[in-house]
Amino acid sequence: MKAVVIGCGRVGSAVALRLAEDGWEVTCVDEDEDSLKRLGNWRGGFVVGHALEATVLDAAGLADADAAVVATDGDNTNVVIGQVAQRRYGIGCVVVRLLDPRRAAFYEKLGLRTVCPTQTAISFLTEAVKACEPRPVATAEPG
Amino acid sequence: MYLIVAGGGKVGSNVTRSLLAMGHEVTLVEQRRDRFDRLEEEFGPVVLQGDATEMYVLERAGIERPPDLVLAVTGDDEDPLVIAQIAKEGYGVAKAIARVNDPRNQQHFDLLGITQTVCATSGILGLVEHEVPQHGLVKLLELRQEGLEVVELQITGDSPAAGKRVAGLSLPDGARLVSVTRHGVGEIAVGETVIRPGDQVIAILKPGLEDRLRRALVG
Repeated sequence: MKAVVIGCGRVGSAVALRLAEDGWEVTCVDEDEDSLKRLGNWRGGFVVGHALEATVLDAAGLADADAAVVATDGDNTNVVIGQVAQRRYGIGCVVVRLLDPRRAAFYEKLGLRTVCPTQTAISFLTEAVKACEPRPVATAEPG
Repeated sequence: MYLIVAGGGKVGSNVTRSLLAMGHEVTLVEQRRDRFDRLEEEFGPVVLQGDATEMYVLERAGIERPPDLVLAVTGDDEDPLVIAQIAKEGYGVAKAIARVNDPRNQQHFDLLGITQTVCATSGILGLVEHEVPQHGLVKLLELRQEGLEVVELQITGDSPAAGKRVAGLSLPDGARLVSVTRHGVGEIAVGETVIRPGDQVIAILKPGLEDRLRRALVG
């Protein structure tokens, strides 16, 4: 199975490594050549360039990829690339990282598979507070 | 009309000024604080500070009314594209016009159904080509929604159309001559119009027929 990971930051590079470990053939795309360093001893593909450019997506082999992961640091860039991967390249499995929960919900409705770490944090934090058992806290004696 | 203008750069601020002078109701959204301060000084409460790709900012700007038109002229190409998409698909705004900076991104706007775009780069390139025609055919106007375009062709002494009547030309189906300009004076092309070397001919056609039209007229 082939995957293209667009945006090779903390998230993208880790996803690429995990997929590669599981036997996927992975190509990463990033504007910054230095992000290759995050991948260590990388045996997969790596393309330097902006993923809105058709030549970059072609070079990454998006045309015959089974999956695309889009995780650049720009939400708007991600939704555009995600939709291009889906509609122009016909990739059935496109997963897009979005930081803004409302945009994530909106594009989920439009048919993109979105992952929103902010929403996850909101849910976990809220649940953690609700489920909170007060713990005894050492306080300074009023002197 | 009620309009939201996203992006208070040169285009956004000048358009807002003109729209207000025409008596329209406008909300101008600008993210950058320094720019916002300057705009607020000129336009007052018409200006709102925020990132227009955030839905709560658009809602404060009144996108739920909804506006008659959203004009997205902010930032990199993906920002206006997302603003136009959210406006149309999320809030039922009937018309959204988006600015394209890099003509190579036009395909993304087309793909995502943002059909009304303005690209200054393409426009200027068109004008340059008009002055320095390379292939004898210059695009003057693209009617994207109608699926038509208007082109101009330069007739020379070697052109197959030179010396012929318009009615006697074999043009591809889907192309028609509109006018013939000779010595700077344009006339509507009719069947009897004779084409001469040195003429500029304007034609309307379906995209994709450019080469066949060029072969028929210019060679």
